[in-house]
Amino acid sequence: MSSAVGLGAIKVTRGAPIGEALAGLMLTVPAGLAYLVMLLLPTMATILLAFTDYELGLPDWNWIGLGNFTEMFEDRGFGVALRNTIIYVGFVTPLSILLGLGIALLIESGIRGRATFRAIFFLPVVSLTVAMAAAWQYLLHPTIGPLNGLLRAIGVSSPPYWLSSSDWVLLSLSAIGIWENIGYNMVLFLAGLTAIPRELYHAAEVDGTKTWLDRFRLVTWPLLGPTTLFVLTITMIRSIRVFDTVAVLTQGGPNKASEVLLHTMYKEGFTFLRLGYSAAITLVFLVMVLGLVWLQTKALDKRVHYG
Amino acid sequence: MDKPRERSFLADTPRLLALGLVGLLLLMPYIWMLSASLKPLDELFRASLSLWPERFHAVENYSRVFSQVPVFHYLWNGIVVCAGILFFQLLFAVPAGYALAKLRFPGRDIAFGLVMLGLLVPPHVPALPLYVTFSKLGLLNTYAALILPFTISVFAIFLFRQFFRALPDELIHAARLDGIGEFEIVWRIILPNSWPAATAFAIFSVVAHWNDLFWPLIVIEGQARATPALGVLYFRSDEAGDDFAALMAAAVIMTLPLVLAFLFAQRRFVEGIATTGLKG
Repeated sequence: MSSAVGLGAIKVTRGAPIGEALAGLMLTVPAGLAYLVMLLLPTMATILLAFTDYELGLPDWNWIGLGNFTEMFEDRGFGVALRNTIIYVGFVTPLSILLGLGIALLIESGIRGRATFRAIFFLPVVSLTVAMAAAWQYLLHPTIGPLNGLLRAIGVSSPPYWLSSSDWVLLSLSAIGIWENIGYNMVLFLAGLTAIPRELYHAAEVDGTKTWLDRFRLVTWPLLGPTTLFVLTITMIRSIRVFDTVAVLTQGGPNKASEVLLHTMYKEGFTFLRLGYSAAITLVFLVMVLGLVWLQTKALDKRVHYG
Repeated sequence: MDKPRERSFLADTPRLLALGLVGLLLLMPYIWMLSASLKPLDELFRASLSLWPERFHAVENYSRVFSQVPVFHYLWNGIVVCAGILFFQLLFAVPAGYALAKLRFPGRDIAFGLVMLGLLVPPHVPALPLYVTFSKLGLLNTYAALILPFTISVFAIFLFRQFFRALPDELIHAARLDGIGEFEIVWRIILPNSWPAATAFAIFSVVAHWNDLFWPLIVIEGQARATPALGVLYFRSDEAGDDFAALMAAAVIMTLPLVLAFLFAQRRFVEGIATTGLKG
């Protein structure tokens, strides 16, 4: 490409670097302004807000240093929300990844019904979350719900109250979270699986791998490594954001048993209008998300040799 | 290059059976939602395990929803908000993505660094100051409040930059030789050659904002500007009460539009989410 051919075209741009620079600036300015006003400034304002006692509607406010953070870590409610969020992520991440991977492997291992099954498992991703939460509420209803109807029919005399039981509510929300995330993870794994060159399976067969498990262990799993790492991070980041199901179904109850980080942030900020405190919770949330991204980069650095 | 051979139906049975069973389990919320929306309330309260209604009550349930809930109004709001968001996202991100991919200008590296930085920030983080600002400006309960925060998508800039980089430079040089300006190149040369990236992003964006509850819950009160998600929430807490049959009918109605769109363009949806997912 460095030969004389085609240089004519390049010369045109080289000849007008000022024009190109000007065009570059003009084309980025609208995005830059929107970025500044809608993202950069408000994010910085959130960070500053976290160190104030600002409340919407009160006339004055003060810098209180780390006051919000000390209050947060002394507050039992916040501790519960943090713990619940971590438990929720701990349930949803491994199970939705394992199920997503299993289903992707099953779909990929044959031809028949591929599109149909892909569509079925993907359906929750495109369904209105609030509406499906209502469907789950009916399904899990203590007295009229089909699940407990089934449990009673097979002899369980007093089935759990699911969403209205402080012992079961987090588990129930996690089940819904897994159900929401399977399809998404399946699609990502399917993309990762199709990227594995067929020749490798032939080579493995020539080398004497016979069983499905050997093929999985020697070819599929190692080559799926980068996809799995990516799915792991993105599922954790998605599930740490759990809000919709909590806001619709439990509002953090009963007795804070399903209180999670973003719902606490929402309540403090937009119901009680304690913006400073809510901003501090937002920062904790942001730090957790950044921590996950950082871990992903660390892990990627160690295993680049797959590329 | 050879494709796996199609197995005989018999050999494929275990696979189909396993997938069918798991699939059926996953579809349970839909099946029971649909079933409940056809039954009369007293039948629901008997908690019978029969999916088929003894007495059909579909007309009553669905007409109750249509008479009590401004269904089409909510759907219209959802369309306006999603279309507005997508319009501005493309308007801002396509030129910026092009400039970052193909043009040399001062500050380009800083700009790209800011894009990468923006990718790390979840949309919940700027929410509090945006709410205060919108409330001071009297923008609460408007389409503007629903659309403005999402007009900038750093993810879209990133996605388009990656895609545009792979477009041949000759395409742009040829256009320049024809005397076409940079602004026109973006919309008349680059975008028409990038439909895969554009549709992938459009699907990603519409799915995300059609389903979003967090932000509409913050800036909207009452029915006038409520999105479908808020509509279901209002009906659930206000009118429906314990009437699960009508609530399920409302859930079916509100879920249907996007699900239908998905079933019609299934391949595009899945590919769209896979590309945007893997690149993000």
